[in-house]
Amino acid sequence: MQLESLYQEIILDHYRNPQNRGLREPFDAEVEHVNPTCGDEVTLRVTLKDAGGEPAVADVSYDALGCSISQASTSVMTEMIIGKTVHEAMEISDEFLALMQSRGEGEPDEDVLGDAIAFEGVSKYPARIKCALLGWMAWKDATGRALDGRTAADAVREQT
Amino acid sequence: MTATGYRGAGNAAAAPPGFDVAAVRADFPILTRTVRGGNPLIYLDSGATAHKPRQVLDAEREFYTQRNSAAHRGAHLLGEEATDAYEGARARVAAFIGADPGEIVFTKSATEALNLVAYAMSNAATAGPSAGRFAVGPGDEVLVTEMEHHANLVPWQQLCQRTGATLRWFGVTPDGRLDLSRADELITGRTKVVAVTHQSNVTGTIPPVGQIAALAHARGALVVADGAQSVPHRPVDVAALGPDFLAFSSHKMLGPSGIGVLWGRRELLEVMPPFVTGGSMIEVVRMEGSTFLPPPERFEAGVPAAAQAVGLAAACDYLDALGMPAVAAHEEALTARALDALGGIAGVRILGPLTTADRGGAVSFTVDGIHPHDVGQVLDELGIAVRTGHHCAWPLHRALGAAASTRATFYVYNTADEVDALADGVRQAQKFFAG
Repeated sequence: MQLESLYQEIILDHYRNPQNRGLREPFDAEVEHVNPTCGDEVTLRVTLKDAGGEPAVADVSYDALGCSISQASTSVMTEMIIGKTVHEAMEISDEFLALMQSRGEGEPDEDVLGDAIAFEGVSKYPARIKCALLGWMAWKDATGRALDGRTAADAVREQT
Repeated sequence: MTATGYRGAGNAAAAPPGFDVAAVRADFPILTRTVRGGNPLIYLDSGATAHKPRQVLDAEREFYTQRNSAAHRGAHLLGEEATDAYEGARARVAAFIGADPGEIVFTKSATEALNLVAYAMSNAATAGPSAGRFAVGPGDEVLVTEMEHHANLVPWQQLCQRTGATLRWFGVTPDGRLDLSRADELITGRTKVVAVTHQSNVTGTIPPVGQIAALAHARGALVVADGAQSVPHRPVDVAALGPDFLAFSSHKMLGPSGIGVLWGRRELLEVMPPFVTGGSMIEVVRMEGSTFLPPPERFEAGVPAAAQAVGLAAACDYLDALGMPAVAAHEEALTARALDALGGIAGVRILGPLTTADRGGAVSFTVDGIHPHDVGQVLDELGIAVRTGHHCAWPLHRALGAAASTRATFYVYNTADEVDALADGVRQAQKFFAG
């Protein structure tokens, strides 16, 4: 069966024991994303911090309803990007997106992707790609909003 | 005839004698291919779309190779033959549901057929006094059910948004039946239209459309039935069933994709305003304005999908040759087997009725601890094609307390062995994810 190549041990582990799950305070931005084809949903919060003048990911917390792929993918993501600068995290996110769009033909960079490389098999199943991307897209959206919020707050501070 | 409009479907639990599944399967070329892992295809997703027998494919091909032309146009022989083929298909489809040909409107889908009625109702505001029966506005009510496919829900929500009418709905009972306990409160003099499914695409539930139509008609409301999941699977006679409109699609009943049907009572179609306008549906066009043809042409703007209509007529021939009561009995036997086989697995919850009484062949279920996508993935690996998700019936899933489900649907080419393979596959999924 090809199932083992899709559902690698790392994926099943994260599915059974999701990391960083549960919504936490404080947070800079919160988003809700859904997968309209199956109704899966994720509520995700991002907290940023300043790392030597550069924005960095202080925390990502989430509450999600979905399949093993979407649950595990969100869990792996939080482990990979918490503590990274936003720039670094975006690079990982872009690499993961490229892997998902590769239809199994990609040459993923394990140095960048770490455990997320376990999702390589998902790219061969077009119907599951959205599952794997649900949490990542929510994080990207929330981070964009958090950065916008910071910019707005900075602007207010500068005006006063 | 029964009150629900079925012609002698019966309640036999065993497959009807003389229904030769092997012979049926031989007519469907796609069933000979293999899928993942070299497995033979076990197709349990006919509720989404059905496969096509070669008789349908041949009919469509014969139209394209011998008679292809734009129906209702052209001063040439091919044009005449194409028109005859298209109108012959209309008569064939009419006969399939006990209607007159003039009451059959070809659309692009069941979804478009339902939208046609919903848009005609908002267009009625500016279509003159003859269209008054269809007019809705503030203070009027549009009544639907929580059980609907989005195709028979969203168009009515949008109608209310356009016109200021109020949307109301029947709820469902925990076992997936329509809750009619508040019928007198919901169907009132303010109700302009009642839209109800004739068979749920999730639970297989068959609501009492005839009873609802009688209540609605007593209050002067129109009744629109969604037959997308009933017309392909059991005998349906519109006169016995009792609605004013019935929508269904070709691709779910062995016919080609790209064509659907709206049946409507003649006297209503006569005064119903058009939805899609343009060529083919006009009487006289001047720069200042236009007048329209009588039905059904008034509702068929653009060059007709003649090849698809011919294919649909061939599908009607195919189904009638099997006999719709036999088709219904065959599916009932498969449904009973599936309800038993799946219901006997610990951790499996079937959504909707647990018996075949007033229930068709859609069996949706959840598996404790395993998301439907993951159940579907394991089944796919075994060559078993099912649908996972909310099946375009999100509110119904919410009402039944399920975020999503796995759905198996049965048709003429399915076998008891395939039902057993489904149950085995579910057990394998449980084993795989139990780790």
